[in-house]
Amino acid sequence: MHIDKDLVAASATPLVLAILAEGESYGYAILKRVRALSGGELEWTDGMLYPLLHRLRRLGYVTTEWRTPPEGRRRQYYMLTDDGRAALADQRRQWETVSRALNDIWRDQGRLLTAASEA
Amino acid sequence: MESVEPQIAEWRAYVASAAGVNGHDVDELEDHLRNQIAELNAVGLAPDEAFLVAVKRMGDVDALSREFAREHSGRLWKQLVLSGDDEPARASGGWLTPLAFAAGAAVAVQVARLAASFPDEEPTWLARNATLFVLPFLAAYFARQRQLDTRQWVLTGTPFVLAALVVNLYPWGGGSSTEAFGTDSDTEALVILGLPVALWFVVAFPYMDGTVRSHERRMDFVRFTGEWFIYYVLIALGGGVLMGLTAAILEPAGIDVDRVAEWVLPSGAAGAVVVAAWLVESKQRVVENMAPVLTMLFTPLFAVMLACAAVVYAVTGLGGAFDRELVGVLDALLVVVLGLVLYGMSARDPSTSEPGWMDGIQLVAVVSALVLDLMVLGAMVARIGDLGFTPNRTAALGLNLVLLVNLAGAAWLAARFLRRRGTFHQLERWQTSYLPVFALWAAAVVVVLPPLFGFD
Repeated sequence: MHIDKDLVAASATPLVLAILAEGESYGYAILKRVRALSGGELEWTDGMLYPLLHRLRRLGYVTTEWRTPPEGRRRQYYMLTDDGRAALADQRRQWETVSRALNDIWRDQGRLLTAASEA
Repeated sequence: MESVEPQIAEWRAYVASAAGVNGHDVDELEDHLRNQIAELNAVGLAPDEAFLVAVKRMGDVDALSREFAREHSGRLWKQLVLSGDDEPARASGGWLTPLAFAAGAAVAVQVARLAASFPDEEPTWLARNATLFVLPFLAAYFARQRQLDTRQWVLTGTPFVLAALVVNLYPWGGGSSTEAFGTDSDTEALVILGLPVALWFVVAFPYMDGTVRSHERRMDFVRFTGEWFIYYVLIALGGGVLMGLTAAILEPAGIDVDRVAEWVLPSGAAGAVVVAAWLVESKQRVVENMAPVLTMLFTPLFAVMLACAAVVYAVTGLGGAFDRELVGVLDALLVVVLGLVLYGMSARDPSTSEPGWMDGIQLVAVVSALVLDLMVLGAMVARIGDLGFTPNRTAALGLNLVLLVNLAGAAWLAARFLRRRGTFHQLERWQTSYLPVFALWAAAVVVVLPPLFGFD
C-alpha cells in the first residue's frame, strides 16, 4: 500500500514524539521502530528523520546528548522534555479527533451499504 | 565492512559539502548509514550491496541538504541559494527593477529638494517629509518582488498616506524650545526622528509577503534590517570616496563642487536605500559570511563598554545627575545595543541549540543595558517630577520603558537558556513578539505626541 507523502509527513512528528515517550533513543533505533510499527508501510527517507529531530530540539520538545556506548560509535541520544510530552498529548487529541471522525463516517457508510445490499 | 570504508568516506565528504549540513549532522548521518549497512550485512547482503541500499534509503542528498538548511535556518532566504527544484526559487528579478525603484526615489528626492530650494533655504516640511520620498519606493519594490495582491498593496500604501496627512496637516507652530533639525518645535523634531522608524516597520509588511504574524518572517526582517544597514554603510563609504575623488578632479577645472554635491548627495542617498535592499536580497551569501563575524566582533566590545559604563555610573553616583545630553546619548546607545543583540540573534547559527559563550556575552550586554536603562529611567522620572512633562521627556520616557520591558524579558529568558531551563526558541519568540511594540511607540510619537503637546 502506498501512503500519501503529505500524510507520512504529517504523522512523522507525533510518531517520533510517541516513540521517544517510551524512552530515550537515537536516530537509527527510532527509524527501526517506525518501520516495525507500520509493518514497513510507512516509507521514510531515512535522512529526513534528522532535520525533523533537530526541529523538535529547537522547539524544546526534546533534548539531546552525545554518548558513546561501551561497544560502538559516538551517537546522539534524544530525550523527550515536558514540553514535548505536552505537544504529544496535543497531537494525540488532534489525531484521535480526525480518526474518530473518519471512523464514524465510514462505519455509517458501511451500514448503509450492507442495508442496500440486503434490500 | 572494511571494503566499503573508502565509499563511506567519500559519501561522508559529499554530504558534508552540501549546504546547510554541519559536522554534527554528518556524524549522525554516518552513524545511521553504518548501522543500516551492518544490519543489511547481517541478513546476508554483500558489503558493497549493503552500502548502495543504505545510501539509497538515506535519500537524495540535495533534498536532504535542503531540508537541513530549512531547519537550521528556518528561513526562506537560505532556499534562495540552494538549487531547489520543487520549490521555485524567488527570483531576485534582475537589476532593472531595483534600479527603476532606486531612480524613482532619487528623482522624488531631487524634485522635493528643488521645490524647497534646499540648501539655500531649509523649510521644515522637507525634513518632515524626507522619509516619505524614499521609503514608499522601497515598500513598492518589495510589494512588486513579492507579487502582493491588490488588497496587500492597499494595506502597504495606507500607512504612507496617513503619515503624509499627519506630518503635513498638523498645524506646526513655532515652538519656544531650542532649535533642532531647523525647527524650534520639539514635537516637530520628534516627528522627524520618529517617522523613519515607524515607516521602516511599514516596509516590513511587504517584505514579509504581506503577512505580519509569522515569527520566522519577523526574524527575517530583523536580519534584513541589519544586513541592509551594513550594505548601506558600505555604499555610503564608497560613495564618499567617489565624491572626494570627483571633487579633487573637478576643482582644478573650476567647477563648483558644492553645486555638484547638492545634486548627487541627496539622490545618491535615496537611491542607495533601494539598492542596498536589493543587494541584501540577491547577494545574500556575501553578507551571510560577513555578518556573524561583525556581530561576533562588536557584541563583546559593546558588552564590555556597557558593563564598564554601568559599573562606573553606579559606583560614582553619577547616575543621579544625568543631564539631557547624556540621556540622549545613552538612549541612542541602548537602541544600538538592542539592535546588535537582535541582529546577533537572527544571525545565530541555529544548528547549535546548546548555549555557547556568545550567548553568555549577549546576556552580559543585555543585563548591563538593563542597569543603564534603569538609571536613565530614575534620572528621567526625577527630572519629570521636578520640571513636568515635555514632548522630549515623554518620548524618551516611553522609549526607556519600552526598552526596559524588552531588556528585562530578554535577560530573564537568556538566563534561563544559559541554565538550560529554557530554549533559544523562547528567547527568539519574545523578541519577535515584541517588535510591534517598537513600531507602535514610534507611531505614537509621530501621531499622538504632537497634538498632546499643542505642536509645541
